[in-house]
Amino acid sequence: MTAPAEFAQLFTGLVLALLGATLVASALRRWWRAAGPENIIVETVFARINAWWAMVVLLSLAALFGRIGVVVLFAFISFAALREFLTLTAKRRADHWVLMFSFFVALPLQYALVATGAIGLMTIFIPVYAFLFLPVLAAVRGDTSGFLTRIAETQWGLMLCLFAASHAPALLWLDIPGFGGKQILLIAWLVIVVQGADMAHFITPRLMGRTRIAPGVPHSRTWEGFLGALGTATVLGTALAWTTPFAPWQAAIMAMVVAFLGYGGGMVMAAIKRDRGVADWGHLIPGQGGFIDRLDSFVFSAPLFFHLVQFFWVPG
Amino acid sequence: MFRKTIARITGHGLVLFVRMVTAPRAIWAGSEPIPRQRVYYANHTSNADFPLIWSVLPTFLRNKTRPVAASDYWLKNHLRAFFGRDVLNAVLINRDADNRDPEEDPVARMIAALDGGASLIIFPEGKRNLTEDPLLAFKTGLYHLARARPQVDLVPTWIDNLNSVLPKGEIVPVPLICTVTFGAPIHIAPGEDREIFLDRAHRALAALHKAGEA
Repeated sequence: MTAPAEFAQLFTGLVLALLGATLVASALRRWWRAAGPENIIVETVFARINAWWAMVVLLSLAALFGRIGVVVLFAFISFAALREFLTLTAKRRADHWVLMFSFFVALPLQYALVATGAIGLMTIFIPVYAFLFLPVLAAVRGDTSGFLTRIAETQWGLMLCLFAASHAPALLWLDIPGFGGKQILLIAWLVIVVQGADMAHFITPRLMGRTRIAPGVPHSRTWEGFLGALGTATVLGTALAWTTPFAPWQAAIMAMVVAFLGYGGGMVMAAIKRDRGVADWGHLIPGQGGFIDRLDSFVFSAPLFFHLVQFFWVPG
Repeated sequence: MFRKTIARITGHGLVLFVRMVTAPRAIWAGSEPIPRQRVYYANHTSNADFPLIWSVLPTFLRNKTRPVAASDYWLKNHLRAFFGRDVLNAVLINRDADNRDPEEDPVARMIAALDGGASLIIFPEGKRNLTEDPLLAFKTGLYHLARARPQVDLVPTWIDNLNSVLPKGEIVPVPLICTVTFGAPIHIAPGEDREIFLDRAHRALAALHKAGEA
């Protein structure tokens, strides 16, 4: 796989946009610092811009190594996310084999299936094989206290951090007529749209006010944020239709769907964090919390995006 | 010389390995990572407790911090002795009170190490806690140590989640995130009663656990 011309253009555009954003944010920060204490919004925006830089650099580097590079990148992301998730799930001493299976068997196998292009098997390995095998492994160890909770929570982690996340690199194996060798652009498009929506969800309520979506959900989940995220995603997705096999109107619908699901994903993961009494999933990304904090919406939207593209654009 | 070099390299490797598996995070909640002489007293659930505390300490603190460990475990074979004595530079104590020389007195050993300028890591529960109870009652060693060297900071140190990474009887660790919380240092008050002091120290450590739960 050689990087298509569109990838170079997209890369240049992103780098320029990020340079601009970094300059503006630096200027804002300096101006604010002169005015008074550190401003939490500016600092958060800064952290997010840095995360964007990291995403652009990592995905580009991975793409240099071709499909395998991208698979390895997502395998590492899955590993980090799964670790954060399973740290917070219910487990007992008897779950050690289940945890070992998750990290040392399920994860490498799932990504090996992606890397070898066994996409059919990849889409059922965790929902069928791992789903049925995991509780057996736990039952063999004999400890039945909280059994269903332990199994269900572990399986949830596998579905989200392995199954869902691995659909992003699986996009590279979709055989779209006239789009051969360019599938990396689908990943880039998805990342930009979902992360753009995430950013808008953070910024819009601060500019336009807050109306909570539901009592009980975190106060950051507002109608303003939701509409801002949906609108931003649609604009971004349509504007970048030239990098995809979609017509502009199709790109707009796709962007709305993934932004909708991504937003929902963010809410779901926030609900879990709230239930477990933690502010963040981890601490590995400075200023951002963990990998899941940054990638929750992406992970939620990846499988559906994969299936929609496969259903409508891959013949046969 | 050669042995020392190997021990140092192994030490770095150990820290790297622990960091890779547990992605540990140090939470300094009441004390700071500064070079003061300290006794870190921690809950004990796993043999990897020492390496974990060790790996979250900055290098300049780690080099001066010695774990206090049972000689019957760490001198059992050559490999353990190498890790215990050379890599971790442990203060090895004999737990068998009936059959040890007077000069093997554990508290005297620890005081000697403190007087040599080292900080210590001790597990006042005296053994690994394999019960559902988060923290067992303390042995009296901490009290004697505090009495002998009252100026040394006693830092409560709560290790979380390591027993899930490597439960007793398992060989392969699973990669889960661990945290080490360092609380505010305590000191013994002049004339403070043994039971009262140990209870206070126990509560200071248990409070860190409860803070993590909330």
